[in-house]
Amino acid sequence: MIGKSIRKWWMLFSLPTLVAFMVGFAVPFILGIYLSFTNFTTITDAEWVGVGNYSGVFSDPEFIHSLILTVLFTVITTVIINVVGFMIAYMLTKKISGSTLFRSIFFMPNLIGGIILGYIWQLLLNGVLSFWNRSITFSAMYGFWGLVILTCWQQIGYMMIIYIAGLQALPGDVIEAAQVDGASQGQTLRRVILPLMMPSITVCTFLTITNGFKTFDQNLALTNGAPSNNSELITLNIYRTFYGTAGMEGVGQAKAVIFFVIVAIVAIAQNRLSAKKEVAL
Amino acid sequence: MNKGTFRHGRLWTVFFSLVSLLWIYPLILVIVNSFKKKAYISTETFSLPNAESYAGLENYRRGIERTNLLVSFGWTIILTVGSVLLILLCTSMCAWWIVRVNNKFAKLIYVLFLFNMIVPFQMIMFPLSKITDMLGLNTPWGLWVIYLGFGAGLAVFIFTGAVKSLPMEVEESAMIDGASVPQTFFRIILPMMKPTVMSVAILETMWIWNDFLLPYLTLDIRKYKTISIAVQYLKGGYGAVDLGAMMGCLVLVIIPVVVFYVLCQRYIVEGITTGAVKG
Repeated sequence: MIGKSIRKWWMLFSLPTLVAFMVGFAVPFILGIYLSFTNFTTITDAEWVGVGNYSGVFSDPEFIHSLILTVLFTVITTVIINVVGFMIAYMLTKKISGSTLFRSIFFMPNLIGGIILGYIWQLLLNGVLSFWNRSITFSAMYGFWGLVILTCWQQIGYMMIIYIAGLQALPGDVIEAAQVDGASQGQTLRRVILPLMMPSITVCTFLTITNGFKTFDQNLALTNGAPSNNSELITLNIYRTFYGTAGMEGVGQAKAVIFFVIVAIVAIAQNRLSAKKEVAL
Repeated sequence: MNKGTFRHGRLWTVFFSLVSLLWIYPLILVIVNSFKKKAYISTETFSLPNAESYAGLENYRRGIERTNLLVSFGWTIILTVGSVLLILLCTSMCAWWIVRVNNKFAKLIYVLFLFNMIVPFQMIMFPLSKITDMLGLNTPWGLWVIYLGFGAGLAVFIFTGAVKSLPMEVEESAMIDGASVPQTFFRIILPMMKPTVMSVAILETMWIWNDFLLPYLTLDIRKYKTISIAVQYLKGGYGAVDLGAMMGCLVLVIIPVVVFYVLCQRYIVEGITTGAVKG
């Protein structure tokens, strides 16, 4: 077997990636878990405090607020992005002249960095709000919905691309058979196309949910949490705990661990749930 | 579906044309405002520049000067190109090794790479920034290693999927004919995986070029600023923002992205679909 001769070459083939993986991920990850049980300012002066940091996290109202806001944000953006992304994909796979150009335009925002997007929308939203003599930092509602609009604008095109690929891979004969049997367009969509599209829907909801939880750059650039940290998502709260207040690094790391656990649970649960749905077909 | 079955085609073209215009309107607005004097940007955001408010290329000049934007472009290019090349080389080799060796150790590291994909950056950001400082990896080329490590998960995952679909007979006969293991990989396997290499390259480029927090926390920020960091620095911590310089910078940052998009659109679409199917 060729496996044996390849195995001897591990130093060349797997070692470089493994070493980088240790330095860039595994070691900081393990250190991160350890540090969440200590007080520290640099990683060399850590002092064991047990679960003290964790009880500090849940008595921090701003953290709870940012967590709730993040969940709301994720739910709203996931629904809008996937519904609109799917509808656009569905229409643009039909014979509409210019559909290639439309696809390109819808996708474009994805290539621009989050910080840049944040400042682009700050200009637009502040411009609109100035008609009422207000700005994006006037109320947390503005900051929150501004971020929702920005995120939808950014990601609808990305999910549209995935949905288009899924729609184009659908077996044409099944859809034709349905139409020959007298199914209306709406019926074909609901009873045939949507069930067949479950794999794409699973992927896209997974991506939008994790993107929602991880949103940071756009939040930082658009409002930086203003007014008084009320438009702050969980990632920004964690960041501010680390770098905005002295002596809170331990609590920050505990928040980071909690955040990781939440993201992991949501990711795994979502995968299980939709895997079941796919089998049920 | 043939042309006859879809009604109202022309109406939909009109509809999507309008929506597309709305879609790029934020970008157009930034371009228009980049030609206005800074005092007029927040007061007359939606009007075109007139004789009074027109600023020529002044905003661009000030934007470049204040942020040292051209140098930042250089660092971002070095950081992105180096990281992506290193990721492509190392993770494709590692993925082939994992699939073909397939023993307990190979399976273990594969699971670890999968695990890596669900860990958010905030979990490791503080220890990572200290480690990069300690190891002297706080330079654009030092970060190549960090991006390889933190970004390994998705790349290895996509490459293992590609390796599994390759016929093993080809490599077996190559080795029987006397090709060494590295020769087999670089002459036979890697060329066969070219579409996957392009897809991974696109996904990683989009990530690293635009990444803000990782370079911001790990780079020696006095010496090296990527473009996202430079723009964020222009905003500054306090006081009034120079909106004019900001608009100039935003436009300059968007231009290369649009050029890249026009040149590589086909690969970008393929890259995203590959990433989605595998992810």
